[in-house]
Amino acid sequence: MRRLGPALYALPGLAFLAVFFLYPVVQLLALSLRNEGTGEFTLQHFEHALGTEVYVRVLGITFTIALQTTLGALLLGYPLAHWLARLPDGRRGWFVMLVMIPFWTSYLVKTFAWMITLDQNGVMNRLLLGGGIIDAPLEVLHGRIGVMIGMVHAMLPLAVLTMLPVMIGTDRHLPRAAGTLGAPPGQVFWRVHFHLSLPGVAAAGLLVFITSLGFFITPALLGGPKDTMLAQLVISQVTEMMNWSFAGALAVMMLAAALVTTWVYDRLFGLSTVSGQASGAPRRGQDALRAVGIAILSGLAAVQVAIGAVMQRLVGRRVLGWLLPAHAAVVLLFLGAPTLVVIPMGFTDSNFLGFPPPGYSLRWFAVYFGSELWLGATVRSFVVAFGTACLAVVLGGFAALALARSESRWRGAMFALFLAPMIVPRIVVALGLFYLFAQMGLVATEAGLVLGHTVLALPFTFVTVAAVLKGYDWRLDQAAATLGATRAKVLLQITIPLLKGGLVAAFLFAFITSFDDLTVALFVSGGVTTTLPKQMWDDMILQLNPTLAAVSVVVFVLVTALLVTAERFRKPAG
Amino acid sequence: MERQSGGGLGAVQRLGAPLSQAKLRIDGIAKRYGPVVALEPVSLEVRTGELMTILGPSGSGKTTLLQVICGLVEPDGGRLFIDGHDRTAMPVHQRDIGLVFQNYALFPHLTVGENIGFPLKMRGRPAAEVRERVAAALAMVQLGHLAARFPRELSGGQQQRVALARCFVYQPAIILMDEPLGALDRQLREHMQIEIKKLHRETGATIVYVTHDQEEALALSDRICLMNHARIEQVGTPQEIYAHPRTTFTASFIGTSTLLRGVVEGDALVTPLGRFALPEGRLAGAAALVIRPEHLRLGAGENTIEGVVSETVYAGAETRLLFDLADGTTAVLRLPTGMAAPEIGTAVQAHWATDAAVLVPL
Repeated sequence: MRRLGPALYALPGLAFLAVFFLYPVVQLLALSLRNEGTGEFTLQHFEHALGTEVYVRVLGITFTIALQTTLGALLLGYPLAHWLARLPDGRRGWFVMLVMIPFWTSYLVKTFAWMITLDQNGVMNRLLLGGGIIDAPLEVLHGRIGVMIGMVHAMLPLAVLTMLPVMIGTDRHLPRAAGTLGAPPGQVFWRVHFHLSLPGVAAAGLLVFITSLGFFITPALLGGPKDTMLAQLVISQVTEMMNWSFAGALAVMMLAAALVTTWVYDRLFGLSTVSGQASGAPRRGQDALRAVGIAILSGLAAVQVAIGAVMQRLVGRRVLGWLLPAHAAVVLLFLGAPTLVVIPMGFTDSNFLGFPPPGYSLRWFAVYFGSELWLGATVRSFVVAFGTACLAVVLGGFAALALARSESRWRGAMFALFLAPMIVPRIVVALGLFYLFAQMGLVATEAGLVLGHTVLALPFTFVTVAAVLKGYDWRLDQAAATLGATRAKVLLQITIPLLKGGLVAAFLFAFITSFDDLTVALFVSGGVTTTLPKQMWDDMILQLNPTLAAVSVVVFVLVTALLVTAERFRKPAG
Repeated sequence: MERQSGGGLGAVQRLGAPLSQAKLRIDGIAKRYGPVVALEPVSLEVRTGELMTILGPSGSGKTTLLQVICGLVEPDGGRLFIDGHDRTAMPVHQRDIGLVFQNYALFPHLTVGENIGFPLKMRGRPAAEVRERVAAALAMVQLGHLAARFPRELSGGQQQRVALARCFVYQPAIILMDEPLGALDRQLREHMQIEIKKLHRETGATIVYVTHDQEEALALSDRICLMNHARIEQVGTPQEIYAHPRTTFTASFIGTSTLLRGVVEGDALVTPLGRFALPEGRLAGAAALVIRPEHLRLGAGENTIEGVVSETVYAGAETRLLFDLADGTTAVLRLPTGMAAPEIGTAVQAHWATDAAVLVPL
């Protein structure tokens, strides 16, 4: 027992994931390989998916959009992350917050913001027409450009926040050392900064690509029929056609794509970089690949040094020095501005969402707070989020505690399992849970929502607590034990008080994850048990209205407040 | 003099201390981590009120032994007795042992007073008693005015004193200290050594003190337990260990000395450098003579060696002369005060009195 002690703490979390994550996903796989009528093994659903032109086209569109989104987010995000990484520690926090807020802002609020911004009579067209830049309103909504803007905007924070820790983690003396060794700035950037940041870039690419694969909110609301993505197909197959097996097959294809991408990534970089640790030595057996990579980098460096020399002569060193901060400012504005547009819209006194609002009033907030439907959904979201946060912190916290001290050879596998709900597309998890809950009678119940959201939130609480534990001094626990404290007293009086900050942060992150979730809610909540995001989604599909703007303001303010609190607590105390 | 097999048991009996006085008795305790042997079966006794240091280089098993004593590590074999009771399987928090950590391990979220009161609260002492004893402990380490501070607001030396007070306050059966002065600078370390000696004398506590610093061990201990390669090398008072090392390891780890290796033949040690008379104590086969620097004098005499001066080391109170012998060993001697050191490269002779050397097996 004593030897098993620490590992035992992981058991509840492992059991939970086995029942509510692994089992449903495997069941989905089984479903997709079975003939509903006879129950025999069949590949017919996959043949149907890959043999029908419409579905093949959707697959192509999904991969194209995911790939383009990944490239866009990396290209826009890299310079911003690079700039953030080189800020002094004290000042960086504020600017990182400007990325954190859009990261945690509900996808629905973000998408709603783009709908009113990009609309024919929206903010963007008003500004461009008013400025005389264009003669006729641009039609970007309900087309690929709209989808790309929305997707890149949605994924950019994830890309930046994934790259950032690796960039900050690189030794600050290395670029200086390269300088003293005779490398011009162009060479320093590509051969030192860029090369060392590659694991972070790859991790960002991986997470953005996988998340994009399973996206449906943005393409459904900002795109047209030609921009339908796989997840939308899955949803309509289940909710409209009730065709479980085929939806399962589509979900399995998405899962396979995500897993293959992850596997390739793991072979090349190692999974541990996803959780923000810079990888150690490069892997063996890739000398040839490495040599090619370094050759490319040195080529890029040479080109940049040459361009840099010409540019310096043309515009001067000063102007060049401003390029990076200017880029950072533009990207930060791109991230923040759309949401800010929503705020005045919430206070409009008009029946329409025109910009600028003709006058200001609180009437739409009055509508929101006077509506039983909206308030009921809000209260339900709060209850579910609270339950989720409690459950996810207990399960994830104990798991992190167990794995931090475990020397088991299963440690790596358990670590991967706790992060897995972040890698498996949400729509796959949601679909699997829907099927499981239908059998268990948990559909349209708050308990079902809490269980489903806990699956989604578990990786966040696990990673947050694990990060705090990395700096934890285990000798304090030993000291307390030698001073006479039992194991329970050590946990209650030493470990938990010292980890308080991380636990509160984990709690709030889990809370936001649940409060924002639409994917699970789409299937599991319904009828009278609708949640706030589900209610927003239903309204956004039907008809945009100023109440939505008022609700968006409430959600945005609330989530931002929670986030700022969480960040404050995450800072290690003392 | 027969070579001691198991460690301290023989030493205790030879000194005539009755076994019932043992505060701590370790009987064949062993520990391995996979293929790595952290601790060969060792046996040791610590007497009531004694300050014993466990001395050894890193990796010698001293920290493992300490962790086994306080229950943080479970031994693979052997038994452990405190006051004659078997405590081998008792969990840490019931063992009544105090441990002073190298990095102090003060609770950062508790004040100095709360840190010191922690062990008393864990034992369910009434609040009034806790207050009283915390105040007394603070006074003992002269930190009465800092009770409300948090550990991070104290200097290294003050934190160390809080750690000591937290340990002494509940009067555990045994106090273990794991390189407690390792993080302090030299001056403060010497000051704290004196404080620890004083606390030991005043409280009569039984203390087991782990260190890799031989000077610290010599300065503090009633007895030293010297460890090497997961085994106990020798147990004895500082004087015994210094004057009568039983192995070449002891001779070279504690202080410096000249080692002359050879084979015993009759009443002489035959070495490549010549035949040397044997001191008291008989051994057969391969052996070495250990001569301390202060017993080696310039010039020829009873036993003489010759060499070439390679270095002179000035250390304030004394000057040491290093010279290379014909077989490659380096000999060390202490120059008498006021004597000018011979130039590097000069040939010198040195001698010692037969009974000043110690014979150890190889």
